[in-house]
Amino acid sequence: MSTGTAQGRNILVTGASGMLGGAVARLLMEQGHHVRTFQRRPAAFAQDGAQAETVQGSLTDELAVARAVTGVDAVVHLAAKVSFTGEWSDFVATNIEGTRALLKAARAAGVRDFVFVSSPSVAHFGTAIAGAGAGTADPERAHGNYARSKAAAELLALAEDSPAFRVAAVRPHVVWGPGDTQLVERVVARARAGRLPLLDHGTALIDSTYIDNAAAAIARTLERMDHAHGQALVVTNGQPRPVGELLAGICAAAGVRPPAWNVPGWLARGAGSVIERAWTAAGKRGLVRDEPPMTRFLAEQLSTAHWFDQRRTREVLDWSPAVSIEEGLDRLAEHYLGRSAVALNHHP
Amino acid sequence: MVTELWPGVRAVWSRRVNVPSTAAADPDGSTHTWHLLDNGPQLEERGITPAGTLLCVHGNPTWSYLWRSLLAAATDAEQPWRVVAVDQLDMGFSARTGTFRRLEDRITDLGDLTRELDLTGPVVTVGHDWGGLISLGWATRHRQQLAAVVLTNTAVHPAGYSVPAPLQLALHPAVHSWGTTTSAAFLRVTHALAHPPLAKDVREAFMAPYRSAGRRSGVGNFVADIPADPAAPSWGTLTGVADGIRSLDVPALVLWGPKDPIFSDRYLRDLLQRLPQADVHRFEGAGHLLPEDADIATPVFGWLDRLKTGVELRSGESAPGHAMADASTPETGSTEATSTAPVVGTGSFRPMLAELAERAGDTSPAVVDMAPLDAEPGTGPRTLSWAELAAVVDRLAAGLSSIGVKAGDRVNLLVPPGIELTSLIYACLKLGAVIVVADAGLGATGLSRAIKGAGPKFIIGIERAFVAARLFQWPGVKISATAMSAPKRALYGVSHTVEDLLQSIPGEPGTAAVTTDPDPDADAAILFTSGSTGPAKGVVYTHRQLAAMRDTLKDTYKLQAGTALVAGFAPFALLGPALGATSVTPDMDVTAPKTLTAAALAEAAAAVQATAVFASPAALNNVVATAAELSGPQRGALGEVELLLSAGAPIPEPLLAKVQRLVPNASLHTPYGMTEALPVTDISLEEIRSAGKGNGVCVGTPVAGAKVAVTALNPDGSSTDDPITRPGVTGEILVSAPHVKDRYDRLWITESRSRSVPGWHRTGDVGHLDEAGRLWVEGRLAHILTTAHGVKTPVAAEQAAESVPQVARAAVVGVGPAGAQVPVAVVETQPKARKPAPAAWKLSAKVRETVAAETGLDLASVLLVPELPTDIRHNSKIDRAALAQWAAKALAGGRMGQP
Repeated sequence: MSTGTAQGRNILVTGASGMLGGAVARLLMEQGHHVRTFQRRPAAFAQDGAQAETVQGSLTDELAVARAVTGVDAVVHLAAKVSFTGEWSDFVATNIEGTRALLKAARAAGVRDFVFVSSPSVAHFGTAIAGAGAGTADPERAHGNYARSKAAAELLALAEDSPAFRVAAVRPHVVWGPGDTQLVERVVARARAGRLPLLDHGTALIDSTYIDNAAAAIARTLERMDHAHGQALVVTNGQPRPVGELLAGICAAAGVRPPAWNVPGWLARGAGSVIERAWTAAGKRGLVRDEPPMTRFLAEQLSTAHWFDQRRTREVLDWSPAVSIEEGLDRLAEHYLGRSAVALNHHP
Repeated sequence: MVTELWPGVRAVWSRRVNVPSTAAADPDGSTHTWHLLDNGPQLEERGITPAGTLLCVHGNPTWSYLWRSLLAAATDAEQPWRVVAVDQLDMGFSARTGTFRRLEDRITDLGDLTRELDLTGPVVTVGHDWGGLISLGWATRHRQQLAAVVLTNTAVHPAGYSVPAPLQLALHPAVHSWGTTTSAAFLRVTHALAHPPLAKDVREAFMAPYRSAGRRSGVGNFVADIPADPAAPSWGTLTGVADGIRSLDVPALVLWGPKDPIFSDRYLRDLLQRLPQADVHRFEGAGHLLPEDADIATPVFGWLDRLKTGVELRSGESAPGHAMADASTPETGSTEATSTAPVVGTGSFRPMLAELAERAGDTSPAVVDMAPLDAEPGTGPRTLSWAELAAVVDRLAAGLSSIGVKAGDRVNLLVPPGIELTSLIYACLKLGAVIVVADAGLGATGLSRAIKGAGPKFIIGIERAFVAARLFQWPGVKISATAMSAPKRALYGVSHTVEDLLQSIPGEPGTAAVTTDPDPDADAAILFTSGSTGPAKGVVYTHRQLAAMRDTLKDTYKLQAGTALVAGFAPFALLGPALGATSVTPDMDVTAPKTLTAAALAEAAAAVQATAVFASPAALNNVVATAAELSGPQRGALGEVELLLSAGAPIPEPLLAKVQRLVPNASLHTPYGMTEALPVTDISLEEIRSAGKGNGVCVGTPVAGAKVAVTALNPDGSSTDDPITRPGVTGEILVSAPHVKDRYDRLWITESRSRSVPGWHRTGDVGHLDEAGRLWVEGRLAHILTTAHGVKTPVAAEQAAESVPQVARAAVVGVGPAGAQVPVAVVETQPKARKPAPAAWKLSAKVRETVAAETGLDLASVLLVPELPTDIRHNSKIDRAALAQWAAKALAGGRMGQP
């Protein structure tokens, strides 16, 4: 089987300015592909001396999108508006209409394979998920504007799947690693400020994905399109942990005290709803720019179990994660402290 | 899409049939329209010839809807059956005839219907409630066609029994009209009997045909027709059916919900006495509406399949010449067993009483009681010589016989171990009465369930037992083991005392009572499982199997007649007189083995110069803990012990090493076994040490006469059917031995599973054999983890977790759906956690790392609990099923409750 190094393909990666998008772009280059990135701000990607080609533009700009897909064999679509708050119209424009435009342009340009990077939240309806399969995306029932818009986009993408234009959806769950601004740095910053609570003692079991594994699964999907197309695959480390333990591990790796105070889940969910609305209103008036400290969606994520049956994903992709949670935490500690966390994690 | 008329009822099954009536209630030439649920037309359309017909008759106030699960299963089966579930006239959606239909009419009606349907081929009747009686009435009048009878909670209303109390109330003229017809109260009360409660749509379906008072007249008349006394019009028909079924020679299956306020267990006992061939399954926790409370379709069709293939299983009452006609022997090496006979019952048989009979003139001690029953504290030990014991047993047997105890009668013994219990056991064995031994370790509820399940005809007990008997309404004639005042006798309903029985015997001891030895293959004893894996199960042993247990112990441990042993472990304690061994009962609270002190053990040993000790892990734990109190002579007495046996659960090597220091000259053995087979394998301390670490607990090699194999496991955690003796294969442990139980009592489903590999008993434990032929136990089948990486057993991971210094005890359970489970360790720490909580991050990491290094299992979480839930009897078997449920809930998010 081709590993991609023998014959490089021309691959467009959108959203490469994010942690995961960047990791995917670098990995594909490492595997010998010709990578073109597409993002709003100017950026450069280099890996082992090879330089990624960049196209600058927005998903809502038809011409820019057409330029981006010209001459590519495959697309990995990660670009999205990721936020816990914000106007629905903004999510529609970027996540739904942007995806629709990219799909249309890609098919018109003769692109063979399209990997839509999605989120397990498209099929998470607020109740605990324990060892379930991927489930079908449902924009009506998904919680929060982000998940709802991604659900709609995933359905759009998978509906386009055909033997000539193969589409697969990959849903990495809670991706973290060195340089992660979404989860790790927020957790660390809040813990440092003493503002990180545990919900219900942090017992909810959640899956997470170390960054290298998420990138590898996406790259692997491109190689396994024969098997993967038409499907939505949840990708995780396959090592669910109580959320409190995962947060404590991240804090320890960053050298800050792990969260010790506890908030009941129901209270956080209620407060989250209120804060979320207030934040969105304040945001409209230019009063706040950051993400709110708590949203209903976040409270649900932190207080209900969501971990997945990975058997189908691993069978379809013929792949398993190379980096364990423990090894990932070691690498995170190395990143933060410049030393191995072995002494921290595994003292005798 | 299948169209449903009511939840679970396919539209194609519902049909109406016009049936000419020959019932006395109707004028000549009457025809009535019946409503049926019948899958016959559907099968015919598919070109399927059914295996036979199930004729299902509902009771009052239900309708054919009750049988929908049978219709569905019969239609979809590999070999389909036709199911005709009728709505009786004036009931369900059948015609309202405007007549008062009595029992005789209803039996005639059913015959009219089957004639009109022109049912050909074999018919299996199925009945519930009063429908059971009517279906049996049909059965007695259609013997040519009858293939089998199936009954669920019903009564044939035997003479001498009164109408159930709730029905008596319903029958009262002032109540019954209002209760059954005018209001729908009777319907609602009946529907409310379901456990768990019926879903709303199901409740509505049951109510559907009885919406108006006019539609309910049949319900009222049905109740009014119940014959309460011989003057009632239907009395004659009733007794005719009740007597008639005694001559039914077809197989019978009785499925019973014990939580039934109407048809309580005593109707089951009556039924079994009339249908002794019946296979029985009591669904603990289920009630009157059994077909709603439990899955009856699987056992019904499983049972019918077995009938067809000729494999008969017996889980009912004693019947000679039973069971497993085509069971093949487990291994070709066996020369004793033939292909047409079960493994058991082929060796030479020496009755349990043989030793006692031979020693009837021996004046040396047979039994010693360190704390005699009913004695003042400090009275000192009581001793019976062999001659005295033989005489007491004879007198007791004669006394019991004089009050009506006869062969086959079940006698529940609620007497603590000691001279009384021993005498009573051997007296019952002598009479051929079946001893029911349920120990207080089951807890009050468990004990009550066990006794009601076994349904003893007699209960012999101490006062405390009768307090409970009164509270829980245990069945049986009550006999007090101790002297009792007249007011107390009246209070507890005690009819006799053991003292009376011993004294009231005229003439030569023993002559009147016993003339023949009991049949070796008749039931001898019912023991109970510990209940750590669900409700305690009754386990039936025949005389031959009890004798085989005795012989196995004797051969495995070289117990000579004349050995003196300390009987600190219940099931073996009763074997002393049969072994010809002097047995001494130590001074301890038998309800709690952990109350045995080192001094009490030593005193008991000193009293008979014991060379052997039988004990349990909990008892030994306390013996070690109290060793400092031993005096010099007491230590000396323990120094004489040559064999110490601890049964019940495995013992960690460090504890055994401490025990060894107390009995320096003894060989320490920890046999592995279960209530269904005691013992199966044996291992000594030296052998435990030489076996070292491995996947599970090494329990040694099979005892004399026993064979062990495993069946491989499926990825979903279920067990396959082929016995394997290849080393290294983890699977469900199978045992074959002459001393394996005869059957589970009134648990046909459990019994058929335990015997599904012919010639073997499925233990429900998992483990593997090693190259040296040793068995390693890795846990319970119900406790295995079905992870994405395959099936895993918990014990090795638990041992690894327990090697972490802070961890005192650990249970590893699977959380999540089968096949995608993740392992979770639930641990007790030292010092104890104050409340359940996730382990601190560092402890969690340490346990995870250790378990991963030893077993490769990746623990998702480590949860702390103040105490792991364990069974009462052994105080050691952790209820992992409950823990798994608790852990799943705790890890789903939300508040953490108590396990």
